[in-house]
Amino acid sequence: MIYLDNAATTLHKPRQVIKAVAQAMDSMGNSARGTHAGALCAARTVYGARVKLALLFGCEADHVVFASNSTEALNIAIAGIIRPGDHVISTDLEHNSVLRPLYRLEAESDVQLSFVPLDKRSGVDYADFKRLVRPNTRAIVCTHASNLTGDMLDVARIGAFAHEHGIPFIVDASQTAGCFPINMREMGIDVLCFTGHKGLMGPQGTGGLCIAEGIEIRPFRVGGSGVQSYSKTQPEAYPTRLEAGTLNGHGIAGLSAAVDCINEIGIENIHAHTHALMRRFYDGVKNIRGVAVYGDFSKDRSPIVALNIGEHDAGAVSDELSERYGIATRPGAHCAPRMHRALGTEEQGAVRFSFGYFNTEAEIDAAIAAVRRIAE
Amino acid sequence: MREKRLRLIITFHTTAAAMASERLCGEKGLPGRLIPVPREISAGCGMAWMADVEAKERIREALEAAHIAAAGYYELIL
Repeated sequence: MIYLDNAATTLHKPRQVIKAVAQAMDSMGNSARGTHAGALCAARTVYGARVKLALLFGCEADHVVFASNSTEALNIAIAGIIRPGDHVISTDLEHNSVLRPLYRLEAESDVQLSFVPLDKRSGVDYADFKRLVRPNTRAIVCTHASNLTGDMLDVARIGAFAHEHGIPFIVDASQTAGCFPINMREMGIDVLCFTGHKGLMGPQGTGGLCIAEGIEIRPFRVGGSGVQSYSKTQPEAYPTRLEAGTLNGHGIAGLSAAVDCINEIGIENIHAHTHALMRRFYDGVKNIRGVAVYGDFSKDRSPIVALNIGEHDAGAVSDELSERYGIATRPGAHCAPRMHRALGTEEQGAVRFSFGYFNTEAEIDAAIAAVRRIAE
Repeated sequence: MREKRLRLIITFHTTAAAMASERLCGEKGLPGRLIPVPREISAGCGMAWMADVEAKERIREALEAAHIAAAGYYELIL
């Protein structure tokens, strides 16, 4: 199989990650539950992962909160910061993991939403943030890169605007963590929500949120914490405040190994490799008769190419790629309803090719040839 | 059971702070180890750093310099 669905999850993981998970399952007790050798092994592993992620993203280690994925992290951040009657600015590029938590607040808590529209170049007009801001704007929530087209938002620019107005800035880094340098301090990000199983190349069921100093998030869930057991309320201090229940210690051990691996390779090298593959694929398919590619390829972007072939249903094209050519892609709506609406692809969907560090030029060339054959 | 004598016990608000302290003391060659919080301090649960009382000021200085917040410093016969 030629695996080109890395935006959904990276199927191929570094060997160190697989080894770390297996080793953890053979040695780890429960982090923060006692001080015997097994429990301390887990607690040290989890803390080590916090330190590495804090360095990777530019925050404090005790403000790295683990969750099961970006969706859970975004739910925690959105439900824990936004209050009834608040106003929120988001964008058309968002995934349902941002949209549905916001729509729920709109329906249930009288929260008002404004969306910065997609412009003709598959980006946004940054002046729209200023146009949409209100006295009760409580948060700006936006993705770092569209999971459908790979188009990126200038989060540093939005972060500067948010800070100028004293508005907390929540970023969905699902498509960029591990693939692009992210520094919360430099980019003005208050909450960075990430998943471990995509660009970070860690296990599924890992991820979390990194929180800037001074940002208060109400707990999404409460329960066992391993500390202050006789208190009726969840402990106030991060990360315990947001981590009720046993952590995915085995997965976090793998995530920790994945961050080591990324640091060894170098994010710049990962970016250069995946970007070159994306560019090779784009250059190979853009002029094939009947192929429509979505997005702006004139600037830096996440390594994704979304396309359609003639009037073919995206699902049928993806199935043909899989069955006849052994190429794994993702068709359909990609949980990005506003983006498809803006691109006019609600009916047809789109076929998403997304590239990862373990892909090769030969695989890209095979994918180009397959697209050409289907388009003939 | 361990021999009873006067010991330094440091408690924390979070496990993350306890782990940060363990790592710091390891790096700085400071004495001690993590134990369950003794009941004399709290009827709850969690981890505490136990060390010789002579090391109290050295450990306190190291933790403060590293901005690691301790919940409390105790000297107990344990």
